[in-house]
Amino acid sequence: MTDAPKDIEALIEVMARLPGLGPRSARRAVLHLIKKRGQLMRPLAEAMTRVADTARECLNCGNIGTADLCPICSDERRANGQICVVEDVADLWAMERGGAFQGRYHVLGGTLSALDDIGPDDLRIPKLIDRVRGEGATEVILALNATVDGQTTAHYIAGEIEGLGVSVTSLAQGVPIGGELDYLDDGTISAALKARKTL
Amino acid sequence: MEWRADGILLTVRRHGESAAIIELFTEAHGRHLGVVPGGASRKLAPLLQPGAQLDATWRARLSDHIGSYKVELTTSRAADAMGDRLSLAGLGAVCALLSFCLPEREAHPALYARTAALLDGLGAERWAEAYLGWELALLDEMGFGLSLDACAVTGTNEDLAFISPRTGRAVSKEGAGDWADRLLPFPRCLSGGPVTGAGDLLDGLKTTGHFLAHHLAPSLGDKPLPAARQRLVDLLARQAGGPING
Repeated sequence: MTDAPKDIEALIEVMARLPGLGPRSARRAVLHLIKKRGQLMRPLAEAMTRVADTARECLNCGNIGTADLCPICSDERRANGQICVVEDVADLWAMERGGAFQGRYHVLGGTLSALDDIGPDDLRIPKLIDRVRGEGATEVILALNATVDGQTTAHYIAGEIEGLGVSVTSLAQGVPIGGELDYLDDGTISAALKARKTL
Repeated sequence: MEWRADGILLTVRRHGESAAIIELFTEAHGRHLGVVPGGASRKLAPLLQPGAQLDATWRARLSDHIGSYKVELTTSRAADAMGDRLSLAGLGAVCALLSFCLPEREAHPALYARTAALLDGLGAERWAEAYLGWELALLDEMGFGLSLDACAVTGTNEDLAFISPRTGRAVSKEGAGDWADRLLPFPRCLSGGPVTGAGDLLDGLKTTGHFLAHHLAPSLGDKPLPAARQRLVDLLARQAGGPING
């Protein structure tokens, strides 16, 4: 229970539903916003309203943007024949933060999952196959999580793309930058050993 | 309540911000659920992949509580399977089928031993044949075992050519008579004979698939069989160069 007025309590309740926040941290965040009303709360509210009105899924790749085609799909310089397949938008943004990839993306919207009964028809796999055919792709990079579901999906897609005349690759698995062998699990060490390279 | 056992991880489901609910298949406690605090964390999530062999300690105040697990990884089978399409499909099918059909907290020690051996042999030569044998054992453990020693009609053990789709019993050519077209074919590999080719193996899987889908699944509330099993069968069929509806 709280002494906060009804409207503020409603805001706390909504904030508490955000990932990473609980009722206590939501209360702290709301108090902070109220204290910084002009500098933080109003700009935040305006930004949220704008995004709520304009945010939409890119019709081509599934990225989130504010137009029918996201900035990556509308940039002709990125039409280099490479399509990087990721599980969700957060993965796409993570790849973009790295800045190492200069091609286009395709967001699947999940992975095949026996537990959640997600099959190929629930993902954007048919759209990917259309894109591979229609955009003259030369390489499909499967940047899916190194989990059983992620790799099952990767193998499924590789099987579906076989015969379309494109090269299918996947991200390497192994020791992370800054990683110490002593702290790695057996599976990662085994994958790293299999993917060893000549220096 | 507390016990410690080795188990095969079947499924992992995120629970809240950082915990996970896992299904573990152990020798003495069968399919047993529990919460792993921190199971969705960066440290533990990579270890909790289906197929992993875990040393688990389960604790709860009362036996009917879901309880919590403290786990340590013994063997990570997923890492080795990830590079091979068939191995990964096999791992997925085994874990999904066990999660689908095993009753909770009911021990199946023979099936446990067979499953551990099957998963340890992932990627080995003739693994698909071992998988077919495992599906037969699974049907048997669940009470839908096939009876393939003698003809259900004539009692003979010669010239067995069919299996009744209703009873799972073998039928000889003579015993089948006009009903032959309504019976399932009897692949030799189901009675312990050698697998004579991919077609024989796929016929075997088609037969076990029939009993999994039309006998076992309805007994569990008519849920459809996990798609992971069909993906494995499709992959085997693709490698053999022909379609199958298993």
